[in-house]
Amino acid sequence: MSELHLLSTQQLITGLQDKQFSSAELTEHYIKRIDALDSKINSFITHTSETARAQAQAADEMRAQGDKRPLLGVPMAHKDIFCTQGVLTTCGSKMLHNFISPYDATIVTNIDKAGMISLGKLNMDEFAMGSDNESSHYGAVHNPWNLNHVPGGSSGGSAAAVAAGFVPVATASDTGGSIRQPASFCGLTGIKPTYGRISRFGMIAYASSLDQAGSMGRSAMDCAYLLQPMIGHDPRDATSIKHDMPDYVQDLNTAVTAAGDNAKPLEGLRIGVAKEYFTSGLDTEVEQAVRAALKQYEALGATIVEVNITDPEITLATYYMLAPAEASSNLSRFDGVRFGYRCENPTDLLDLYTRSRSEGFGPEVQRRILTGTYALSAGYFDAYYTKAQKVRRLIVKDFEDAFANCDVIASPTAPTAAYKLGEDLDPATMYLGDVYTIGVNLAGLPALSQPVGLTSNGLPIGLQLIGQYWQESKLLSTAHLFQQHTDHHLQHSTIAKETV
Amino acid sequence: MNTATTTDNAAHQEIVRKELFVDGYEVVIGIEIHCQLNTESKIFSSAPTDFGHEPNTQASIVDLGLPGVLPVLNSGVVDRALKFGIGVNAELGLFNTFDRKNYFYPDLPKGYQITQMANPIVGKGYIDVVVNEGDKNEYPKRMGITRAHLEEDAGKSVHDAVDGMTGVDLNRAGTPLIEIVSEPDMRSAHEALAYIKAIHQLVTWLGISDAIMAEGSFRCDCNVSVRKPGSELGTRTELKNLNSFRFIERAINREIERQIDIIEDGGKVIQATMLYDPERDETRTMRTKEDANDYRYFPDPDLLPVRIEQHTVDSIRAAMPELPVARRARFEEALGLSEYDARILTGSRPLADYFEDVVAEVGQQDAKMAANWVMGDLLGALNKDDKDIIDSPISAKQLAGMLARIKDDTLSGKLAKKVFSALYEREGGDADDAADKIIEEKGLKQETDTGAIKAIVEEVIAKNQAMVDEYRGGKEKAFNGLVGQVMKASRGSANPQQVNQILKELLG
Repeated sequence: MSELHLLSTQQLITGLQDKQFSSAELTEHYIKRIDALDSKINSFITHTSETARAQAQAADEMRAQGDKRPLLGVPMAHKDIFCTQGVLTTCGSKMLHNFISPYDATIVTNIDKAGMISLGKLNMDEFAMGSDNESSHYGAVHNPWNLNHVPGGSSGGSAAAVAAGFVPVATASDTGGSIRQPASFCGLTGIKPTYGRISRFGMIAYASSLDQAGSMGRSAMDCAYLLQPMIGHDPRDATSIKHDMPDYVQDLNTAVTAAGDNAKPLEGLRIGVAKEYFTSGLDTEVEQAVRAALKQYEALGATIVEVNITDPEITLATYYMLAPAEASSNLSRFDGVRFGYRCENPTDLLDLYTRSRSEGFGPEVQRRILTGTYALSAGYFDAYYTKAQKVRRLIVKDFEDAFANCDVIASPTAPTAAYKLGEDLDPATMYLGDVYTIGVNLAGLPALSQPVGLTSNGLPIGLQLIGQYWQESKLLSTAHLFQQHTDHHLQHSTIAKETV
Repeated sequence: MNTATTTDNAAHQEIVRKELFVDGYEVVIGIEIHCQLNTESKIFSSAPTDFGHEPNTQASIVDLGLPGVLPVLNSGVVDRALKFGIGVNAELGLFNTFDRKNYFYPDLPKGYQITQMANPIVGKGYIDVVVNEGDKNEYPKRMGITRAHLEEDAGKSVHDAVDGMTGVDLNRAGTPLIEIVSEPDMRSAHEALAYIKAIHQLVTWLGISDAIMAEGSFRCDCNVSVRKPGSELGTRTELKNLNSFRFIERAINREIERQIDIIEDGGKVIQATMLYDPERDETRTMRTKEDANDYRYFPDPDLLPVRIEQHTVDSIRAAMPELPVARRARFEEALGLSEYDARILTGSRPLADYFEDVVAEVGQQDAKMAANWVMGDLLGALNKDDKDIIDSPISAKQLAGMLARIKDDTLSGKLAKKVFSALYEREGGDADDAADKIIEEKGLKQETDTGAIKAIVEEVIAKNQAMVDEYRGGKEKAFNGLVGQVMKASRGSANPQQVNQILKELLG
């Protein structure tokens, strides 16, 4: 059983159902791996091994009594942005170094109800602000494919934990690419669904109009399994939208059945490719892998059509105006008064605020708070915030126009593969890494990243697929059919190959 | 007041002018009222809004602004705000958005207040008020309302609970408010007071707010400036959180005097927020414009715009109660009440309802009698016991039952007072015919049988020959003495008119 962690979610479910192994054994296997190997990766901020063991045992008993929930007893872990009752919830920040949440996020409750077992809380960029997981107060995360490289961010802990074989799937969140980019850097599949598909209640806000939770796994099917319990309208989130409730796993299986023996299972699928996504900053190896993947898609029956989308540089500027503006307000509640970090011996109220926030927030968070505060200030509001909102509507319009001629849009997920830890990129360069992913958040569209090969240095490369509103099933099915005929998603990281 | 003639108006204008100009300065006042809406739960959370509980026991994770929580609008506040909008004849904002007002304060848990900046629920409207109401120099005036918007209340800082520290009580955080912003239409403290009282009456009348000033559920900020007539508006100061009608008037007058003194001394009024100190009867600067916040308003991304359907407005409009001004006019015109009676009886909606319930039973022709009993005996007794009309121990039907017995001569005025007292002590129980029971049990029925009264009168004449002689000798007063004897002999039950008549007949 030394390779349980290399099994897919579907294989784990079958194994549990067929009693090849128990949830207790499976859980123990992952805990053992985490204990032995996470010192190299630093993907967890908090371990919940003891409760996980108890839950696994309970899951086995329930299964013995006929409980048929498919995900019963399957381990996972949460990005530390989701509030978990009775468990430290840090959001990667010193500001919340002591915050034991008194409540569960809606998705945490829902995943609990599905019978899954949480092994702990995963590292992330502080308040989800960053693209390499180096802004975490709890230390940088190492890429399991090459420990000298970053795992991406902000969901770097989620990506690294899955890629290292510490959990089969993990929750994550995506404000400007924070699921897709680390999935790309770590050779995983990760999906950010349509804005409003998943409740944000209990997910600590970075930029409320852009934040959306999603799932990460090694394959589209893994993502589908975890995504299923996460979705649905939540009366506690006014922006969660009442919509049809798809069954993703069933939809993926139906797509495979419908394709049958057809050598061109994606016949009829129009993939939009925009030249704006293949610009000068794009790494050659990444471009080659992405173009090769598009050839594979064509070989599977898809047609490539040219589309136009908004100039990514304009999109980038819009994002880095709106996201910090919302963040500057969202992070005001961290003031040292009611919870979280408070400076020592404040002399007065202003001192309490100033030092608690200066000492509790890291530099990237402070930079975005300041940028956002500036953008919202009297006299600048119209020039920055209002203009950015107008551009945002144009970005939506451009996507709508593009989707008139295609079913999905494909692009590189990130301009490069994972870069080296400690490169200490200047912020503007780091922001450029988000250039292909942020338009999706501004438009509220669903998108995923799937692995499409490795660089000559053995680092993963990701392809992004963008879908139309509410069409997560379409996206996941497309990637799933691709994965039925390719093996990029079956490659394992160095750490995943290690046995303990 | 609505029928004032042109001459009256001219006279009023003269009074107004005299009152309004202070040392040759014209006063300009605009008012912001923060009025809590009386929903059971808060505006964006399900926590209860009850007043007066232990600190921080009425605050949910949403009110505490914990990481990850989100607001969801309580639809009850929308209905109440629409009622208000209709009540002040306003354009209604059918497209509502919510904005964040960002500032740091310990009693503001999220570091921002959710309010309506760009698209408020109530637009331009007005309210008709009577200034100096009840005085001989009263006059009507229409006060403009700029807008009214929904927002959440903050918590409270408690400065005396913990030694050397400030405590924060977040029970009030998230209580729904409607902030009502007036036009700068008020020209004196009396006008300001009349406006505030009219708004206060309206919100309680509509049943959308408890509006208890002492509990902070109705708070007034007054923007005051002075100028020489015809010149530009002067620099204004804002008097914050005035929490009683009495203080409002005094605070405004002190502030007017302070500003005029500054200008007369050659100085300039500085834009500032002022606090009124009732003990010293003076206004003090709390903060000046230099310390003013940049609130960095922007649309709250957690709340989607709320579109109010026309049919929602229509059904609220259809269910609107008759408003005080209209009801008073109807009391005067349809029921023939005096202006004074109509004003008293429309002082509050429960009182007006009570009165109308009585009238519904006794008939419109006896509205005046009903008014006299409600305003006189009933309100008198309730006032003495410090009770409100809704706590009246006598139901409207019970009172009407008693009035019916006065009308059919079962009761004389004097007997009726006895029955009223018994009703007030609830001796007749809950039944609508409690008055009849009391009359029956206590034998308070008026004697109207001419023969029986005549027998008593004859007996009294026989026993009081001296008085009879006095009367016949021209002493009119002696007649009253004889009436008294008859009433006494009948133990108060004889019909006084009949007694008078028969006595006169027999005495010749």
